[in-house]
Amino acid sequence: MLYSPAPMHIPDGFLSLVMSIIFWGITALTVGIAITKTNKTLGEKQVPLMGIMAAFIFAAQMLNFPVAGGTSGHFLGGALAAIVLGPWAGILVMTAVIALQGLLFQDGGLLVMGANIFNMGILTAVIGYGLYRGALNQNKTVRLAMAGIAAWLSTVTAALLVSFQLWLSGTSQLQIVVPAMLGVHVLIGLGEAVVTVAALAFILQTRPDLLDSKAVAEKGGRGWVVVGVIASLAAVLLSPLASASPDGLERVAKDMGFLHLGQAAPYKLLPDYTIPFLGQTALSTIVAGAVGALVLLGLMIVLGSALRRKVS
Amino acid sequence: MHAEVFDRFHEAESPLHRLDPRVKVVVTVLFILSNALLPDGAWAAFGLSWLLLLGLNAFSRLGADFTFRRSFVALPFALAALSAIFSPLGHPLATWTLGPLTLIPTDFGLVKFASILLRSWISVQAAILLVATTRFPDMIHAFEHLRVPGILTTIVSFLYRYLFVLTDEVLRLLRARDSRSAAEPGRRSGRNIFWRARVTGNMAGQLFLRSYERSDRIYNAMLARGYDGHLRTLNPHILRPRDWTYGAAAAILLLLIQLVGRF
Repeated sequence: MLYSPAPMHIPDGFLSLVMSIIFWGITALTVGIAITKTNKTLGEKQVPLMGIMAAFIFAAQMLNFPVAGGTSGHFLGGALAAIVLGPWAGILVMTAVIALQGLLFQDGGLLVMGANIFNMGILTAVIGYGLYRGALNQNKTVRLAMAGIAAWLSTVTAALLVSFQLWLSGTSQLQIVVPAMLGVHVLIGLGEAVVTVAALAFILQTRPDLLDSKAVAEKGGRGWVVVGVIASLAAVLLSPLASASPDGLERVAKDMGFLHLGQAAPYKLLPDYTIPFLGQTALSTIVAGAVGALVLLGLMIVLGSALRRKVS
Repeated sequence: MHAEVFDRFHEAESPLHRLDPRVKVVVTVLFILSNALLPDGAWAAFGLSWLLLLGLNAFSRLGADFTFRRSFVALPFALAALSAIFSPLGHPLATWTLGPLTLIPTDFGLVKFASILLRSWISVQAAILLVATTRFPDMIHAFEHLRVPGILTTIVSFLYRYLFVLTDEVLRLLRARDSRSAAEPGRRSGRNIFWRARVTGNMAGQLFLRSYERSDRIYNAMLARGYDGHLRTLNPHILRPRDWTYGAAAAILLLLIQLVGRF
């Protein structure tokens, strides 16, 4: 009753091994950077603070509000944590929350925890903090509106990424999972947005010192804005494409070698139990995936900077 | 608020409870990894994995069906795998027409769907058994031994410790909201959904400030009691020969399951 699992925690068994390993790698790297960054900028005092903030996110997820037809929306909190605590501390806090949910409540698996942390902790921090920081110099209304948009987008983007992970693992069909996940989370994201904005407005009114623009800006560089905008753009551009013409996306993935990576991986990892071949296959698939991800990231950065230049 | 709402530890006097938490964590991860490595349709190997799990259940003296009774938490997620049945990679078995949709279940798809469900179902039981036989602080300590960065384990320890306190806070907030939201029977109180969500947001903001200020007081109290950045435990956690034996036995069994799954 008190703790209802969010529909975004992937359990073990639903992602292919290669997908799990790739996302564990990305997550471990990001969390590692977050640890060095917070160690450098924060004192030991911040460790209890982050622990209690993690407990806050966990407890706040119990605050539900009736939506319609007996369902209730509740709060994920990744964007709020990143805005108030800064992106690096926000990532650590969300990592702790997701780790506890997976370990203690089996809400999300252990092998796929890397993917869960990436979807709900890192991605939400990137979009939540990135977009909010981009609007820091605006007045309060614009800032709050931006926080709301960021909260909504972070939920929708995470849902989109979950669908892609499921599809690349061969668990779900793209043309079914994308509309289903997006349809649900477009609504859940609305609740997330309103709650985030109201919570921020409340904090601004009672403890404005915590959300001082200078203090918020000090917690993360301009790079967050760029990455946040790129991630949001990618989600905004990909969602209609994925829901309207999944076949097209499937073909792109096939051409780029992603589809093979996802669908063939689970059973080709150990084709003839020849050990050298195993290493080669697994390694080459992972390298192929990493290269593909890097190419995509580079493409997004080029696209993002080009768009930014046009705007300014 | 009582701790048992969140605590998943079940007290019992058993070899599994006494086993070093590191061994239990590593074996659980290996077990889930082994399930992920099993090819689709390796029914015999899945069955053996489950038998191993049943054995461990009995070993824990919590009852052979202990994890089975709690194993359906991941079931709602099975919806996501449902579409795997209609994978185009296999031989079609039938054709179902649902309005504009034509669904063609295939043999490959069915095997895949069943394998995903089995894998997930067995894996989740291993995790349930782990938290049922290991005290949470001991488990966190095990992760520390396994080289998980200290700052993360400390945050998780704090999270676990203050979960109960902040849950009480949430219950107070919810009670306050309920007592101010009188409604006639059958009618919902309050205004539209945005209004309700805004109230929830204010509660989240209130909870945030209370937690934030509480963390200040907690830190000062801890400092006064000699906190130096490390949380200590009274359990020494030394690996004994028995722990090694059990760990090795589990690894060999998992290896056998892999062999069965591949031939």
